[in-house]
Amino acid sequence: MTIEVRNIVKKFGSFTALDSVDLKVGKGELLALLGPSGSGKTTLLRIIAGLDWPDGGEVRFDGENALARGAGERHVGFVFQHYALFRHMNVFENVAFGLRVQPRAVRLNETAIKKRVNELLDLVQLAWLSDRYPSQLSGGQRQRIALARALAIEPRILLLDEPFGALDAKVRKELRRWLRSLHDEIHVTSIFVTHDQEEALEVANRVVVMDKGRIEQIGTPGEVYDNPATAFVHGFIGESIVLPVDVRDGRVELGGKPLNLEPQGAGAGPSRLFVRRHDMQVGPAGSGVIEGAVRRVRAFGPIQRADVALPGGEGETLIEIDTPRDRELNPGDLVGLQPRRYRIFSAST
Amino acid sequence: MAQLDLITPVAPVRIREISAEHDARTEPRLIRLSIIGIAVTFLSIFVVLPLVVVFTQAFSRGIGAYLAALAEPEALSAIKLTLLVAAISVGLNLIFGLAAAWAVAKFDFPGKTFLITLIDLPFSVSPVISGLVFVLLFGAQGFFGAWLQARDIHILFAVPGIALATTFVTFPFVARALIPLMQEQGTQEEEAALSLGASGLQTFFRVTLPNIKWGLLYGVLLCNARAMGEFGAVSVVSGHIRGETNTMPLLVEILYNEYQFVASFAIASLLAMLALVTLVMKTILESRLQEGQVPRDD
Repeated sequence: MTIEVRNIVKKFGSFTALDSVDLKVGKGELLALLGPSGSGKTTLLRIIAGLDWPDGGEVRFDGENALARGAGERHVGFVFQHYALFRHMNVFENVAFGLRVQPRAVRLNETAIKKRVNELLDLVQLAWLSDRYPSQLSGGQRQRIALARALAIEPRILLLDEPFGALDAKVRKELRRWLRSLHDEIHVTSIFVTHDQEEALEVANRVVVMDKGRIEQIGTPGEVYDNPATAFVHGFIGESIVLPVDVRDGRVELGGKPLNLEPQGAGAGPSRLFVRRHDMQVGPAGSGVIEGAVRRVRAFGPIQRADVALPGGEGETLIEIDTPRDRELNPGDLVGLQPRRYRIFSAST
Repeated sequence: MAQLDLITPVAPVRIREISAEHDARTEPRLIRLSIIGIAVTFLSIFVVLPLVVVFTQAFSRGIGAYLAALAEPEALSAIKLTLLVAAISVGLNLIFGLAAAWAVAKFDFPGKTFLITLIDLPFSVSPVISGLVFVLLFGAQGFFGAWLQARDIHILFAVPGIALATTFVTFPFVARALIPLMQEQGTQEEEAALSLGASGLQTFFRVTLPNIKWGLLYGVLLCNARAMGEFGAVSVVSGHIRGETNTMPLLVEILYNEYQFVASFAIASLLAMLALVTLVMKTILESRLQEGQVPRDD
């Protein structure tokens, strides 16, 4: 099943949650919607599921207008952030729910329902919990039951809202790997929402980065990390060193001093220089285009992290750099910094 | 070992010393006893004593007189009317209360706060005023009076008027019991049911209703107790027609004023028993409600 979202607008009062969003999801993809809270990612997911309605735009499943159908008619499996398991039903009945509410003409008989539910519980490896109630399960178990329940209706699309948000770090990592392999197994077109970049980069085939109701970039995990399209994406994904610079006459200046760097098409005026921390090469004074003074050094596992003060137009800018532990670095030392790779974005973008 | 031997005898001695003088964990004995005493005396005078009086008065001429008083046609008619009115008003309030609670808890709409205030109105208005409103609406000089008279429809001084007044007075119980419960449960389970293909009715009967059943019963119970015991509003609209429009509380007053103490207290004892049963069921339901509150996972 392919999903196509065209020009979707959604407003809550005066707040614009989605601002003309376009998105195409291919068959069998596992797509991540990544963004900070308030970026509109959950709203977009709920609109695709039919739990919210857009103020304008189109949603198409395999070319067919999905907005003409209610949530129940879209055959979408939805996994809620807090699982939303039916608290008065045991695990078996929770998973069976979607099968039991089918119209009589197409409803499976009791034996077939039993068989199907047991298959699903085996798939999520929790068959031994079928008599328990949701309140007796751990967070990770609830999550997997919620997934089994969503899969029971043989959804054409699987939507997951912050699937790992409410879990502790260890369970989260396990479930992440498990979801990835489950998707390889059942291959249903899936979208999940997350604010955790590591989760998005590790699990998804493609990542959609969102901010303030707009899509900033769509690409594979490698693309969004290596070639961020906007300043927001560069700052949001991975750790970056950000320096306020000025572009004047096709040259890049830091605190009034020209730097030997390409402006990369950024227009004249205040801009920002982004460098991944591991792309910043640290050498003795004079070895790089930027000079700085070490303020503070601390050991940090295999590396040491140093605060370096750079002369700026107004006061100084403090940045954090990493160097290997064997390199001697003391407060007061002057160092030269040379970005191996960098991006410059106009401050207005 | 040597150290242990030194320390162990010290601790128990110190504890004994403290408790002999004053246990810091609680109030002095005198204060504790007097507070408990005040509470018990107060409860005895204001709750237990009246209850005892009702029953001793009711049985003062033996169980035969008691049963005879209840078998009087006037008494039977009052009991029937009370049950009928309670059934109507509880039934109506069950539907209204559910609808109102659903609207308030699951949807956002302009005027929501106003609606919540309106739901509470019957609690803040004197029941006599509530009754008077219906007199002003349906009485002979009232708003609809002429229209009703022309069609020979009797609302005031008849069963419909009593049922209306009772329904009005008891309206908040079901809604009040459900709103916090439904607000706390949110709409996620309903959304999950919808996305799994359930229809609106299936969602209501399979998901919403099971989740709120104890709260609903709680509201119905309190609503019923008040409906059967309502005096003020009913007194205004009833007309006190003997054997026709007297409910149990009204009959209690009439019989008492006629110095028929046994008969009066016999009816009152029924109402007192209703109160006791309600109290027990309320306690059971409250514990059920607490069990039903599943802690949210995080």
